[in-house]
Amino acid sequence: MNYLHHLLNHLRKDLRLEWRSRDSINGMLFFALLVVAIFALAFDPTAYPTTTRQISGGVLWVAILFASVTALNQSWTREQRNQLLDAQRMAPSPASALFLGKALANLAFVLSVEIVLAPIFIIFYNLHALGNVALLALILPLGTWALVVNGTFFAALGLRARNRELLLPLLLFPISLPALLAMVQSTTGILTNDIDPIQIGLWIKQLAVYDIIFTTLCILLFETILNAE
Amino acid sequence: MPMTAQPISSAPIIAAELHSVSRIYGGFAALRNLSATFNAGSCTMILGENGAGKSTLLRVLAGLITPTRGTVSIFSQSPQQQRRRIAYMSHAPMLYDELTALENLNYFARLYSVGKCACVGSPEMALRAVGLDPALTRTVGQYSQGMRQRASLARVLQSDPEILLLDEPFSNLDVASAHQMVELLADFRTWPHPSGTARTILLTTHQAHLAQSLADRTITMLAGQIASSTEAAA
Repeated sequence: MNYLHHLLNHLRKDLRLEWRSRDSINGMLFFALLVVAIFALAFDPTAYPTTTRQISGGVLWVAILFASVTALNQSWTREQRNQLLDAQRMAPSPASALFLGKALANLAFVLSVEIVLAPIFIIFYNLHALGNVALLALILPLGTWALVVNGTFFAALGLRARNRELLLPLLLFPISLPALLAMVQSTTGILTNDIDPIQIGLWIKQLAVYDIIFTTLCILLFETILNAE
Repeated sequence: MPMTAQPISSAPIIAAELHSVSRIYGGFAALRNLSATFNAGSCTMILGENGAGKSTLLRVLAGLITPTRGTVSIFSQSPQQQRRRIAYMSHAPMLYDELTALENLNYFARLYSVGKCACVGSPEMALRAVGLDPALTRTVGQYSQGMRQRASLARVLQSDPEILLLDEPFSNLDVASAHQMVELLADFRTWPHPSGTARTILLTTHQAHLAQSLADRTITMLAGQIASSTEAAA
């Protein structure tokens, strides 16, 4: 059985587990909606359309970041139950396939929440993009992958920690700052059309490079994390 | 160069070996300078009070715990290098609660790249062997403790192991189910492995009477050490 089959086996299992329980998606969706609603109530988006357009990229990504933490924390809890992590450690299957399968499943969960969240966000903040909207189709998956790949890794790192719910944001937020900056700047650039398209392109490239570097690091280090006692 | 006849070795194959193994947690020694050898084809029952180090011994042999001191070898290599040849059944079922038993077994069969296992055949047959209906649509989370235990046994058997490590396999079973499991394990010992190696079983239990017929060696552990080791009468 080759690597791809192992990866798909893990991915299929994680998607099936979520389909049966819907723990992650429901929690994430309600959390993200609450963050968006609270920001909308804290200031009146319709009264200041220019300011709203300038900050909405940041609000959207902060909502996604906070919401994804709730799902990422849960993703390894299932493996801990019934000592399944031991079964995974003993299986003659590449550890990185387990990691990538879980990261891809998390990507699917967060993206599905974004699909529901985006139209609601546009209505709440009375938004219409002034720049090239098609670029969002590139920024959203790249940005989400940056969050989930590190989040999946750090959630595994904190598995044996007593207060892992707290540990994940403490590790994930600082390390995600370069990616978050690129996501927010490029999204704001598209919404406001204030930023030079070349500059937006540079932010997207920065995001892609960040994804490649951190995906490689996580894959290389995951086996050590999995087998740590 | 003259040809010399090679003597045929009658020495038993060593399946697992521990040499001066200690495992220390903080100030507590779960295993203390323990040395033991387990021959291929043997069935060893490990007895002892709670905290005697039985489970730690099995986890060390499974490669899930690294000894603080000493060496462990499975067929002369580290347990991590011999993962495919070992199966470990913990007192936790090691199955996903949200999946059915068949879905769990299919998932693990793919992880072990087991198409049709030489011993129990397909995952469906593994479930039938332990007395579970593969068509059962209930998820493992809705199973009784005994059913979980049996599904867990099916999971380890389908990986076609040469060394089977069982941590309290009878703990949640009624008497009839426990006897069925003993019979199944006795059968398992006779199933030929494609490698030609005889199958080895190490099990811990508090119900010695159940495994008595199965075991050909009984080890009693006390405070992380082997207090006694007795061979069953042939």
